Amino acid sequence: MGTAQPRSVATSDDEAFKKELVQLIPHLRAFARTLCGDAAAADDLAQDAMLKAWDARNSFQMGTNMKAWTFMILRNQFYSEKRRSWRQSQLDQEAAERTLVAVDDPEAPVALDELRQGLAMLPPEQREALILVGAGGFAYEEAADICGCAVGTVKSRVSRARRALHAILDEGAYDRDGAAASEAMKSILADAERLSTVR
Amino acid sequence: MIEQRPTEDRGRQSAALDEARLRQQAIGVRLRQMFDEVVNEPVPDEFLDILRRADKQASETKQTPEKS
Repeated sequence: MGTAQPRSVATSDDEAFKKELVQLIPHLRAFARTLCGDAAAADDLAQDAMLKAWDARNSFQMGTNMKAWTFMILRNQFYSEKRRSWRQSQLDQEAAERTLVAVDDPEAPVALDELRQGLAMLPPEQREALILVGAGGFAYEEAADICGCAVGTVKSRVSRARRALHAILDEGAYDRDGAAASEAMKSILADAERLSTVR
Repeated sequence: MIEQRPTEDRGRQSAALDEARLRQQAIGVRLRQMFDEVVNEPVPDEFLDILRRADKQASETKQTPEKS
């Protein structure tokens, strides 16, 4: 554990930090929800991440990107917790076996359930890259920092995720054995392992 | 008159590309909506309670050692 920062500077910094952290709670909840699926588990994760961020506040530099910083904490927390009890994306088999018809109208709204299921079928690293960039409003560079990988890697993950999601949603290309997901999981676990030893 | 036959394939291809692009946009819009839906939910009180407790604890442990 680092002893770099004296504790006494804090009070007013703590207030500023807390204010900013509170504003980030809704975003942390949303990100956690995309990782966990289950809303209650997601809130637990978001609370843990919030507390971790609070505990680590002295190592945060005010003025830098707190959103990206807290997302990284949440993500690391998620993968370290899930290391042992990783559950395969829980797909409803019946829905998974249903064949989707090709859409007639490309601008037709995408059904939320189907989007959720489609997302659940993506390899985790593609899913999180797409969420961060496509929904969380992060730049590729920020997403790369959060995920601990190169910018080019994020870009290719996002574009592969987009293509895969498109295919899944429109062609019903459901993955039935989960093989791809577990392969991807191995690599994300390796990533998480590396990240947690580096920090 | 524009000759239709020879360009038909290419026309079909670019129509498919446009369609794919529109579809991607629709998916992107939904993805943001899905995320924003949670962002816009009211934050459960629990979050603020937890933070308040942690803050209180921090200011207590901070003051005691400094004064001794």
